[in-house]
Amino acid sequence: MRYAVRKVLTLLMTMLIVSFLAFLAFELVSGDAAVALLGTNATQERLEALREELGLNRPFMTRYFSWLAGFFTGDLGVSFSYKIPVSGLVGQKIPATLTLSLMSFVLIVAASIPLGMWSVRWEGRKGRVWRTIDAVRTTFNQLFMSIPPFFSGILISWVFGILLRWFQPGGAFPTPAEPGRFLWHLLFPAVAIALPRVAMTVRMLRSTIIFQMNSDYVRTAISRGNDRSNVLWRHVLRNALPPVVAFLAQTMAEVVAGSIVVEQVFGVPGLGRLLLGGISGRDWPVVQSIIVILAFWVVLAGTLGDLVSQRIDPRLRLGGDGE
Amino acid sequence: MKKRILAFLLSVALLGITLCGCGGTTGPGTSGSAGAKDGSVVVAIAQDLDDSLDPHRMVAAGTKEVLFNVFEGLVKPTPDGELIPAVAASHTISEDGTVYTFTLREGVKFHNGETVTADDVVYSIERCAGIRGGELLVEAFSIIKSVEKKDEKTVAITLTAADGDFLSYLTAAIIPEGYEQQETAPIGTGPFRFASRTPQESVVLEKFEEYWGTPAYLNKVTVRIIENGDALVLALQSGSVDICANLTTTQIAQIQGKGYNVVESTMNLVQALYLNNAEKPFDDERVRQALCYAVDKQTVLDLMADGHGTAIGSSMYPTFGKYFMEELTDHYTQNVEKARELLTQAGYPHGFTFTIKVPSNHQPHIDTAEVLKEQFKAIGVTAEIQLITWESWLSDVYVGRQFQGTVVGVDAGNMTARALLERFTSTYSKNFINYNNPAYDQLFAQVLEERDDARRTDLYKQMQRQLTETAANVYIQDLANLVAIRENLTGYEFYPMYVMDMSTVRYVD
Repeated sequence: MRYAVRKVLTLLMTMLIVSFLAFLAFELVSGDAAVALLGTNATQERLEALREELGLNRPFMTRYFSWLAGFFTGDLGVSFSYKIPVSGLVGQKIPATLTLSLMSFVLIVAASIPLGMWSVRWEGRKGRVWRTIDAVRTTFNQLFMSIPPFFSGILISWVFGILLRWFQPGGAFPTPAEPGRFLWHLLFPAVAIALPRVAMTVRMLRSTIIFQMNSDYVRTAISRGNDRSNVLWRHVLRNALPPVVAFLAQTMAEVVAGSIVVEQVFGVPGLGRLLLGGISGRDWPVVQSIIVILAFWVVLAGTLGDLVSQRIDPRLRLGGDGE
Repeated sequence: MKKRILAFLLSVALLGITLCGCGGTTGPGTSGSAGAKDGSVVVAIAQDLDDSLDPHRMVAAGTKEVLFNVFEGLVKPTPDGELIPAVAASHTISEDGTVYTFTLREGVKFHNGETVTADDVVYSIERCAGIRGGELLVEAFSIIKSVEKKDEKTVAITLTAADGDFLSYLTAAIIPEGYEQQETAPIGTGPFRFASRTPQESVVLEKFEEYWGTPAYLNKVTVRIIENGDALVLALQSGSVDICANLTTTQIAQIQGKGYNVVESTMNLVQALYLNNAEKPFDDERVRQALCYAVDKQTVLDLMADGHGTAIGSSMYPTFGKYFMEELTDHYTQNVEKARELLTQAGYPHGFTFTIKVPSNHQPHIDTAEVLKEQFKAIGVTAEIQLITWESWLSDVYVGRQFQGTVVGVDAGNMTARALLERFTSTYSKNFINYNNPAYDQLFAQVLEERDDARRTDLYKQMQRQLTETAANVYIQDLANLVAIRENLTGYEFYPMYVMDMSTVRYVD
């Protein structure tokens, strides 16, 4: 219970601080919504008039608190650029980003654990063939780790979209109302986001497993007649998982960042494009709301990571409340 | 534990298979040319319409470009740069040029089905002129004294003083009186009606069946927003897009053989290295001239776009026809000796260092700045390029006038020479280069009083010559506009302004 209360408080504090910092950042960059909206039609008089209309002339803290008050009463304000309520605007973009992030996360978990286990299968064997396999594996791992998602995104679009025609780049993006097509179209950007994180997770899992494999308990287990693969899945994986779970929790937060970039390449109608558009248009009601949602997601990911780790490793649970 | 993990992995694998299964049946996209059957096209544009859709309040060129299809004024422009009657069937101008009387066309309908009345016209003009309590939305309308409904079909606009360009501004949209949702669901009288907007995704226009004039050929135009350049090329390659303008020569090369015709025009921009005439060292005419002598425009064109584009020599671009003065283009030809001599006279024998601010979202301008930087080296001038965001450019350079030099393209808000040239009169609010030339101001004052078209044209030409001779800016070019159009589409027309007219586009059989 104490744990839950503490987590909720952390969440609220984080969202508060993040929203304030975002607000402050907007205050510091040059150009405001009035400038962005008026463009080359801007004159001092028209800027002043528009600032007055949008309420940009009020003092900084007044604006922040009125936004905060609105946020807690469910009024997210009206977008400066689109002139429509932010809640509707952001709401219609959440499904794509959320699905995309979850999908790439599932792909990361589903691919990296078996791959990580597979990569240590022949660990320690001598001979040229094994060394070559190892070199190839390391090279590929390194390669996938260093390809940025936007680039793999372009490659994937080209191969699966142009060559194989499995989907149509630049076509109208399906809505969640057609779940099959929606998920299918999101699969490609999800792969682009997942690739580097899979490679990182595999490497991480591999090194923790190798560390565990050299422990005494493994030798004991094997000497008692257990076969290698049995020991791997039964004992080693469980001991190797906690740091990986922590890493995956961080990954869960980062897939959102990845999706912001990849959405541009695949034309996914998600929060990322709205966020970038909002920043350049100095449309802070939109940006504030998205940032708070992202902060919520990051804290949530961390909390879930904690909970899973405790489930796997009871020692964390015992000492848990006192850090 | 092992079982649980295994179960998890299995279910994930199953999910994966299911997904692939779905894809197998529904995945392959429909072919892009399906539009030929139902008369629809997909147009890709590189910027979102994140703007008010109210025709009197919209600002972004990208928004105006699309909604050109939705709105009309009393008059409207043609691809040749002429004005033809639209909502008004005809008009007369009083002897002294201060009273414009319009006779409305019979049976012009708004997209909501209502007939345009004289009241709607009075409302629209008064709204732009700020007469109804609001702010002045069209600056040229500040000279409107009154707007009167003479009878159901006649409206008279009275001006405080004659203005030979006034008619050009009456392209301002006529909208229904009392309709409050123009900002999000605009209603006009154009050949297409606004159907929907999905932020960051698309804007859909549909054919307006009750249009008074030649109806549009297409039934539906989907304007899809694809901001990422790579994604845009992929979309073209996959055939998702039927029409796309403002492509680069590299992008054109990437879509060769993919079923597109490429047509070329210019972007209708005056691209120049704009110089802050109030700031040292550019307050000295000789220094500005020296920079002009340092530049070889053809090299800029060659390096930037394989020679596409049109070199210019003053604040006017070629599609303006009668106002454009080709002879000014080569007023300054590259002459390093002369440039150095001018610099020495001005007191900079060893050159100087200055900063060029360039908006970071406009690659052509960045490329141009890079080439200029190299060319200035020959005369001992060091240019430092500073990339800034578009918003910073607007607030610091354009409004704040805090800069030495900047490379951008300046466009005309409507089809008058005035839209390009009034900017440089000393007291004008958008004279961001602080150009101050009494002779120029004098000429402009004469233009405003002059009613004879030939003499007006001549005065505008003299103004351009002033800009060139005093080297107000280092004029470069009007950028090439390369448009990819699907092979079975025809009828795409270029205008001397930044618009995209879809009403003439049609499929060939």
